[in-house]
Amino acid sequence: MDKFRMIFQFFQSNQESFMNGICGIMALASTQMYSAFDFNCPCLPHYNLAYGLGILLVPPFILFLLGFVLNNNISMLAEEWRRPQGQRGKDPAVLRYMFCSMAQRAMIAPAVWVSVTLLDGKCITCAFCTSVPVESLGNASHPRLSQGDIQRVLARIPCREIYNGQQLIANEVAVRYLRCISQALGWSFVLLMTTLAFLVRLLRPCFSQAAFLKSRYWSHYIDIERKLFDETCAEHARSFAKVCIQQFFQGMSTDLVAARCHLPRKAPADAGEAAEKLLGITDQGTMNMALKSWHRCKPPLHLHQPALPTGNGWVGEGEPPTHPSAPRRETAAYYSWV
Amino acid sequence: MDRFRMIFQYFQSSSESVMNGICGLLALASVKMYTSFDFSCPCLPQYNMAYGLGIMFIPPIILFLCGLILNRQSLVMLEEWRRPPGCRKKDLAVIRYMCSSIMQRAMVAPVIWIIVTLLDGKCLICAFSGSMNPEKFGGFANVSTVQVQQLLAKVPCKDDELLRNSTSRKAVSRYLRCWSQALGWSILLILIIAAFLARWLRPCFNQATLLQARHWSNYIDIEQKIFEETCCEHSRLFAHKCILHFFESMRQEIKLHSFSLPREGEGDEGEEDPLRGITDQDKVNKLLETWFYEKPPLDVS
Repeated sequence: MDKFRMIFQFFQSNQESFMNGICGIMALASTQMYSAFDFNCPCLPHYNLAYGLGILLVPPFILFLLGFVLNNNISMLAEEWRRPQGQRGKDPAVLRYMFCSMAQRAMIAPAVWVSVTLLDGKCITCAFCTSVPVESLGNASHPRLSQGDIQRVLARIPCREIYNGQQLIANEVAVRYLRCISQALGWSFVLLMTTLAFLVRLLRPCFSQAAFLKSRYWSHYIDIERKLFDETCAEHARSFAKVCIQQFFQGMSTDLVAARCHLPRKAPADAGEAAEKLLGITDQGTMNMALKSWHRCKPPLHLHQPALPTGNGWVGEGEPPTHPSAPRRETAAYYSWV
Repeated sequence: MDRFRMIFQYFQSSSESVMNGICGLLALASVKMYTSFDFSCPCLPQYNMAYGLGIMFIPPIILFLCGLILNRQSLVMLEEWRRPPGCRKKDLAVIRYMCSSIMQRAMVAPVIWIIVTLLDGKCLICAFSGSMNPEKFGGFANVSTVQVQQLLAKVPCKDDELLRNSTSRKAVSRYLRCWSQALGWSILLILIIAAFLARWLRPCFNQATLLQARHWSNYIDIEQKIFEETCCEHSRLFAHKCILHFFESMRQEIKLHSFSLPREGEGDEGEEDPLRGITDQDKVNKLLETWFYEKPPLDVS
């Protein structure tokens, strides 16, 4: 009992800590992805905004979906949501709890990507370089250029090597300005996310604590029940397979004995466990026939109580009995030559 | 019994040490965040102060909130504060004790950020270079007020073409850095003295109340953990029983539908039957379908 208790405590705490671990790994992966990504601003007037905002917003969306995909509990949530009511009512509070806890974990990696992108500054610099206020930051004595030309010059701000607008506005001034805005946005975003997380986590006990305890209990229950059911089915499948195979071997050995028209030999009195395990197959030819038969004609998925052999020793292989019934214990089914 | 005692001792020490560990990790994270953050002063008159002070104060707020969120005890304290009294009175001293210990731990990372920022100096130079008195530093004479402001604002940017090799820029920079570091060391000294006094003088006041408050706050924490464990164990046993009942009811249903006469072999059902009466493909399929379409009621009485 103690061992089971400890294993299941570990299981229970493990599931949460496992999910938290995946969450942390994804957050680290998102920072690593950002640093490994070779950001390459196109430095063209209409493409900059699309590229910059694309890099800012599309990977977080992908990471969010990935967060759901990697979460094992998503199938549990879907199952619980779609199951027919049957004899057990459905509690929407439990579904909401499960969805919220999954969504919260999935939000972490995208939030990390957006923060790192904003704090680094390259995306915003690329996206908004054409909107730099030239009047206030630019050089007073810049040559009069058409609007299109100004846009083209400003679009090259992120690409220092090809920037040709030093007379219009100094590259460093523009980059510093844009980066300052980007970092301010980044820190504000992080502050906003942290405040939201704080409110969600710490205001919850002030409201509906009892409902929360219920939802949490039943969502854990659904998870454990599903796992236990899978285990029970696996155990059942194992026993089923064992009996099926033993019945197959028994069928084979009785068939072969009948085919050779041997009188059933008395098993030696001191057969021992090893002889029992041979399941009546004791020579190469018989074994080969058994293997061939297993491949060509697997027995039906229908366990029967093995009947005692009739007068000529033949027992029809795979013939279903008239009544399906629980099989007897395996050890009693063999060597009933008396 | 021994195993239980070991587990309880582990819980007892674990809660405090886990919180201290998280506190330490956050402190290290704050230093790492500062070193990896690319500080980039805008060097523009209106933006410098906002940027400099923003970088000095907003991340500490974030770190403080993180310290509260990551600390499990803050949830425990809030639950204890908000629970209805019921059959158990509420002791405000315990709640105050828990609150103060949570706040102390949450304050460590923000304070470390502020001190590192001040000792490094970049934030203060960025924020206050525009507020310097240009007459104190030569090199700003014969320049209009607006231009002086702009030049002073560019002091934090070493690579700016206007002030690259200016000695006045270096002078302003050194001056502000000196103030910044002095402020940083003073704050550090004051905090350490305050911590020292608080820790050493505490036993002189209300030691008995303190011991009680600490004991009961640990108790509440452990009670919460054990309640959660017991719920887990209970839900596991509940699930086990529910599934056994389900298999049993499937077996009954099958027997009913097959109209089989009771066989001799079934008399000894005291023996454990691993197959639970499910012995062919159709029965297994029916069992799985029934599990999906009609889960059994949550009632194992």
